[in-house]
Amino acid sequence: MTLHQPKINTSPKVSDEVRKTTCYMCACRCGINVHMKDGKVAYIEGNRDHPVNKGVLCAKGSAGIMQHNAPSRLRAPLKRVGPRGSGEFEEISWDEALGLATEWLAPVREKNPEKLAFFTGRDQSQSFTSFWAQNFGTPNYAAHGGFCSVNMAAAGIYTMGGAFWEFGQPDWDYTKLFMIFGVAEDHDSNPIKMGIGKIKERGARVIGVNPIRSGYNAVADDWVGITPGTDGLFILSLIHELLKAGRIDLDYLARFTNAPCLVNMDPDSPEHGLLLRDDDGKTLVIDRKTGKLTPFDQPGVQPDLSASHRKAGITHKPVMHLIAERYLDDQYAPEAVAEKCGIKPAKIRAIAAELARVAFDEAFELDHEWTDFRGETHKTMTGRPVSFHSMRGISAHSNGFQTCRSLHLLQILLGTVEVPGGFRFKPPYPKPVSAHPKPHCGVTPGKPLDGPHLGFVQGPDDLALKDDGSAARIDKAFTWENPMSAHGLMHMVISNAHAGDPYKIDTLFMYMANMSWNSSMNTRGVIDMLTDTDENGDYVIPHIIYSDAYSSEMVAYADLIFPDTTYLERHDCISLLDRPICEADAAADAIRWPVVEPDRDVRGFQSVLCELGARLNLPGFVNEDGSQKYADYGDYITNHERKPGIGPLAGWRMGEDGLTHGRGGPNEAQLDHYIENGGFMVKHIPEDASYYKPWNKAYQDWAVELGLFDSPQHYIFDLYAEPLRRFQLAAEGHGDRQPPDHLRERIKETLDPLPIWYAPFEDTGVDTEEFDVHALTQRPMAMYHSWGTQNAWLRQIHGHNPLYLPTNIWQKHGFAEGDWARVTSAHGEITVPVAHMAALNENTVWTWNAIGKRKGAWALDKDAPEATKGFLLNHLIHELLPPKGDGLRWANSDPVTGQAAWFDLRVKIEKAEAPAEAQPGFDPIKSPVGQGPDHLEWKVGK
Amino acid sequence: MTTLPEKTDRKLGLVIDLDTCVGCHACVVSCKGWNTENYGAPLSDQDPYGADPTGTFLNRVHSYEVQPEEGAAQLIHFPKSCLHCEDAPCVTVCPTGASYKRTEDGIVLVNETDCIGCGLCAWACPYGAREMDAAEGVMKKCTLCVDRIYNDNLPEVDQVPACVRTCPAGARHFGDLGDPDSEVSQLVAERGGMDLMPEQGTKPVNQYLPPRPKDELDRTAAPEDSEIDVLAPYLNPVADSPKGFLGWLDKTLEKL
Repeated sequence: MTLHQPKINTSPKVSDEVRKTTCYMCACRCGINVHMKDGKVAYIEGNRDHPVNKGVLCAKGSAGIMQHNAPSRLRAPLKRVGPRGSGEFEEISWDEALGLATEWLAPVREKNPEKLAFFTGRDQSQSFTSFWAQNFGTPNYAAHGGFCSVNMAAAGIYTMGGAFWEFGQPDWDYTKLFMIFGVAEDHDSNPIKMGIGKIKERGARVIGVNPIRSGYNAVADDWVGITPGTDGLFILSLIHELLKAGRIDLDYLARFTNAPCLVNMDPDSPEHGLLLRDDDGKTLVIDRKTGKLTPFDQPGVQPDLSASHRKAGITHKPVMHLIAERYLDDQYAPEAVAEKCGIKPAKIRAIAAELARVAFDEAFELDHEWTDFRGETHKTMTGRPVSFHSMRGISAHSNGFQTCRSLHLLQILLGTVEVPGGFRFKPPYPKPVSAHPKPHCGVTPGKPLDGPHLGFVQGPDDLALKDDGSAARIDKAFTWENPMSAHGLMHMVISNAHAGDPYKIDTLFMYMANMSWNSSMNTRGVIDMLTDTDENGDYVIPHIIYSDAYSSEMVAYADLIFPDTTYLERHDCISLLDRPICEADAAADAIRWPVVEPDRDVRGFQSVLCELGARLNLPGFVNEDGSQKYADYGDYITNHERKPGIGPLAGWRMGEDGLTHGRGGPNEAQLDHYIENGGFMVKHIPEDASYYKPWNKAYQDWAVELGLFDSPQHYIFDLYAEPLRRFQLAAEGHGDRQPPDHLRERIKETLDPLPIWYAPFEDTGVDTEEFDVHALTQRPMAMYHSWGTQNAWLRQIHGHNPLYLPTNIWQKHGFAEGDWARVTSAHGEITVPVAHMAALNENTVWTWNAIGKRKGAWALDKDAPEATKGFLLNHLIHELLPPKGDGLRWANSDPVTGQAAWFDLRVKIEKAEAPAEAQPGFDPIKSPVGQGPDHLEWKVGK
Repeated sequence: MTTLPEKTDRKLGLVIDLDTCVGCHACVVSCKGWNTENYGAPLSDQDPYGADPTGTFLNRVHSYEVQPEEGAAQLIHFPKSCLHCEDAPCVTVCPTGASYKRTEDGIVLVNETDCIGCGLCAWACPYGAREMDAAEGVMKKCTLCVDRIYNDNLPEVDQVPACVRTCPAGARHFGDLGDPDSEVSQLVAERGGMDLMPEQGTKPVNQYLPPRPKDELDRTAAPEDSEIDVLAPYLNPVADSPKGFLGWLDKTLEKL
């Protein structure tokens, strides 16, 4: 035969139009180009101009077309007509749905606003939803941070005025050694992949610390397969080695941290352990030039890291002394921690040496002049090219807050925060803890709450307690059980409401939170709580309103459903007031806008809140004449002002001299400007303001001009965290506000003002010889929880989730391919398929997060592998610790922040006969949307 | 039988960096999206919401564990699609001439109107890179996005395969591997790029860059029985006790 080469059209038309918006397939907020053909979505790709993803897009993002067109989309408001959990609904009109909600909520607001618990899941409109809840007047509002990663947020903010999460980033341009702890597909998603690719290209190295060597840890140059829950101990051992070798940045510590601040050392003093302050409340240091006490921020001061001070017979030692005394102790020597951590002493030492070598021997100077807050001008910026990042793996433990603090202590001792080559904040961070609001819980029937719900406490006075000392909030946030619970405790809401502890509620109102499935610990128990009835046959939680775009497992447990839109059908703002898309070199925010109109009777949840707020006559949502203030969320985004000149979006506001980014009045055409610009706004940070931001005059002035602050907010890093010490002081008996006796010892032990490590609570509560294995989940890179549907393309990649077992467990039990295991915890039991994985900590098993689905949900067939073989570890994890015999309900949470301690889980593994399906099995729930089609040939163009 | 061209003007292909591929499947789904909407029949899915969902993909990521003789096991993510071989057995086996290799750029394509869906090509391909579309009954394979790389309706920067454009880790590179001066050829030379299964004699155009050596710190962290510790100088102790440390601190601060 001869060559036969047909002519083909290599230049076909790509699309009729490209509409640029923001992805919502995970929390990464990448810019996307939505290619339209015949008015339909034809193809989605990354937006090259976008600051977050610069054109790239992950598997989830590219599969957005299947999410947008999913058969599991809800179609109309639903009213429950069968018992809760039956899935029996009737479709109703929006007028009826909003009428019903108003009928339930108006009397609650008039009499007991706290009887509404309004919690949102993984949405990104928290500045809006919290504004709504505040106007309603309930103290019971939070988003999902408490079960997500509040330890990471709170430890960062309390230590250095900002956290990892997506609130900062390594200096990808200059870093030479990047060390990640407990990061799977976490915040930030695509930027981390891009960054790793970029730094590897120029020969920089990556150290991955994770019990599981997948994803980023698979490409890391060195892997530390640590034992779960021991990261803090490992980090403190690194600190021990660095201190011993004097490999710390003394100049940085003296200038930019509270290491030179002076601690009251008198155990009898009511101020024992607090820092010496002047009459204005400013911390004092000893100036090395004069030897005299002076406020830390005075011009020309050279704080002394070494000198002590004696005042009125009381010795005050610099924090640096306390650091040396604690961490030079042999309990932190590599030999002492090696066995617990599962890391050889020589490896701990090698990593410490490598950190020291790169931070100090590869230091460099950038030729950028800058002026610090004391007025001193520096000719250059010193680079220390070691950077760290960390997420859920270290934070979702009951010792997570202190572990996260330990990591910040490490990077600050190395002098690598906010310097070239190190970790850099993204606006609105850095932001001192004092610039955040404090929590508010002042309820007045019929009126708004007395301030924002969530915030950062400074001591016992700021707790959310009633006059009788009981919890003001349903989730017991900001109580002695977890005083610094900055994100609330979503995982305790249903449990506490069901128990009537601290009180009963009337209406549970939730958004995008799959509480009857993968978003709760103790899934079966939560289902029972949602359906439980009292002696009169009434539901213990009388009303449940839920909003979701999809037929999730939670839908069946609500009485009233507000169907949300898909992410391509809605307005959203990714706001500087909330969780913006900034970069270390720029402030940036973004929008979503309806690139297509819904073809169902659905409405964006935030628009629904605008109307419901007006029906309830909430002050922020009605005009003076009582009419609805915001027609929809787009109207709110454009016209709402949090204070004069500051609104949800910072771009294209009406300034004094025309349109401006930053402060300015509302602009009716603002959203059009965003759309024209690709859906986002970027404002770059000047070069002399780009590093040392907490102490950099140029940055602080820029931040004020943009509207991030009303005045410069210089501060120093709190290696020693005084707010923690204030709770300890109370536990020691000082002050009027006293903790209950049963919590005194725990507060003394765990709220240490310097980072400590203690064993995860589960280790002390269960028999670790019986439950000898750690069990974890990781989020797959091609799937994200179940805040969207089970995606037709992605489920072909992750359709079921075996439990991965390390070699020794695999061999010990004689497992073979296709086998199943019974996995038992102190709380429950599951029977699931197993698979072997060698690149795994030898005492750890794991599976992918949230692949398991309930039959009948998500428009899947009842025989879908997600339901027959997929499973959740949630069945093994309780929201409470095992009873201690004291009659008290002890939360399975971090004692500082209340973070859900998912990763403390311990199990035992046994080989099991293969059941017909993964256990526990659940009855199918009736689907309100039917089942998806049996084939797809998706092509919208002709 | 179908004939291969004796030579092609260019050898367009991919260079895939196994050192940075994090196994995220971005390339897999971007490819699915573009090629469902574009060249030829859509990439169909059977039972997409059912018990056994299957579909056509032109690119898939596999993961392999490697257990070195010493040290921890490693996980390698391995994306695989058509390698556009110079001696492509899938072309020569085609009974209708539907499979062909383009003379101008070496891309191996299937002319779907001539494809009878016999499946011989998939059987002949040693890499398993071709997939029969169950709905259309024709063979589907990577086109190297032939409808993107020359497409005047796209900006020049976007005239690359969808998988390359989308790869977050920058692990995928596209270019002319027949030109020794091209960026991809240079990359292959620098990093020791490899043929996949060279023993098959297919002369694949696509190249794989091997992972860099892993766990070097385990080797430099002198084992207990070694006398050499190359990192030790970086941790020369200045103090053995808090008191000693404070003495060092005083002395060092003097010098600041």
